[in-house]
Amino acid sequence: MPYGNMEKVDRILESYGDDQSHIITILQKIQSEYRYLPMDVLEYVSDKMEISPAKLFGIATFYENFSLDPKGKYIIKICDGTACHVKKSIPVLEALRKELSLTENKHTTDDLLFTIETVSCLGACGLAPVITINDKVYGKISPEMAVEIIRKLKEEETNANS
Amino acid sequence: MLIHNISELKEKKELYKASLDKQYKKVIVCGGTGCVAGGSLNVYEELKRLVEEKGILAEVDLEKEDQGIGMKKSGCHGFCERGPLVRIEPEGYLYLKVKVEDCEEIVEETLVNNKPIERLMYKDGDKVYQTQESIPFYKRQNRIVLEHCGHIDAESIQEYIAHDGYMALAKVLEEMTPEEVCEEVIKSNLRGRGGGGYPAGKKWSQVLSFPSDMKYVVCNGDEGDPGAFMDRSIMEGDPHSVIEGMTIAAYATGASEGYIYVRAEYPLAVKRLTKAIEEARAVGLLGKNILGTDLSFDIHISQGAGAFVCGEGSALMASIEGERGMPRVKTKRTVEEGLWRKPTVINNVETLPM
Repeated sequence: MPYGNMEKVDRILESYGDDQSHIITILQKIQSEYRYLPMDVLEYVSDKMEISPAKLFGIATFYENFSLDPKGKYIIKICDGTACHVKKSIPVLEALRKELSLTENKHTTDDLLFTIETVSCLGACGLAPVITINDKVYGKISPEMAVEIIRKLKEEETNANS
Repeated sequence: MLIHNISELKEKKELYKASLDKQYKKVIVCGGTGCVAGGSLNVYEELKRLVEEKGILAEVDLEKEDQGIGMKKSGCHGFCERGPLVRIEPEGYLYLKVKVEDCEEIVEETLVNNKPIERLMYKDGDKVYQTQESIPFYKRQNRIVLEHCGHIDAESIQEYIAHDGYMALAKVLEEMTPEEVCEEVIKSNLRGRGGGGYPAGKKWSQVLSFPSDMKYVVCNGDEGDPGAFMDRSIMEGDPHSVIEGMTIAAYATGASEGYIYVRAEYPLAVKRLTKAIEEARAVGLLGKNILGTDLSFDIHISQGAGAFVCGEGSALMASIEGERGMPRVKTKRTVEEGLWRKPTVINNVETLPM
């Protein structure tokens, strides 16, 4: 089967070898490159590493960190571990969904700028509730603060494009 | 800079200790996840810049004995709510909620003029708690595993060695047989800190008793209990203690390869552990013929991908093998058939540095 340009994938595969024990790290690297796991890339990896597509698909869907749908430039992770949940992480989630017109089933904005995810404990319970945006941690967040941060990011994007 | 044998390691320890003693003041900025989120890295950079400007910054490399002020980024102090935290030694002052704007005052007042800054200290009514140890939050804590965490530079193998690091490994290699190590751990009554509480020494001696061409040591860092972050604190703040513990476990059981399974939600832990493993390899504390002995052992990091169930032993091992992380029914225990069906020690992060 002809594949598109897989140079990036080849580089990742080269640096980790074709041992199946590296598959999770490989998928993580691919995801950080493409921001999700595109179907044709998965097929290519399955071919190269000689893992059946069904098995690879099984691994990709088992772990919550992997996404088969495109993700936004900014990935907002809202901690909904027990400590953050008790400290009212859900109102933060709801406020952000409203701001970005997202729902429980729609995680990414149409302009591919923002993705909202909930994660279990980030291990920073002392700062609950916590969100991270592209791995930058924001602690003791309120719904208003969260919306404020998003608006700022939106503004930066508009300015960068104009 | 390879350390060839145990006596060389001891010489290095003395050298690094002397070098640390020459740092007449140490500024320890918390570099744990909580404080980093509060901006501690900017505080660190600013303090370092100001100290350097004054020409009193000590060399980070402890090979060069250099008088001055030592600047360190430590692991988590546990007081994240009041972060970013800055600790000053030898006085033991703890400054809370430090901002970049406070740095100049800290350098002028505390580092140059030797005066505490009360407004940055913990207060309860009118009472000011100057030292970290006197604060009620810390006063009743007896730190065993976390002894070094928050007090040493988390990214320096030299500091770990200066604080008696790898000395337990040296003792084990020099004076004890694997059987004696297992016996000693059984006697210590150390039980698995993951929650199951299985006697660690017993587990080790079982793995030792199964002959195999390959054995593994697995460190379970898939911590996920609500509000628990002791594993994160250890991996971020004292990563070498995990490596040393795993290496001792390897000697006691005859294992030659190790895996640390860390959740992807802990990027800083992954970073620090990766650096620590590289440093340990570079000086010969991991790899072939450790410290000139017959022990060969190396460690890999395996990252999770957001599956809570992978904290369970058999699911965790499936995940390391690159499978779906699903628990399997164990007809044989992992000490006999674990990772890739070989005898495997699997211990919690907190068990190993003990």
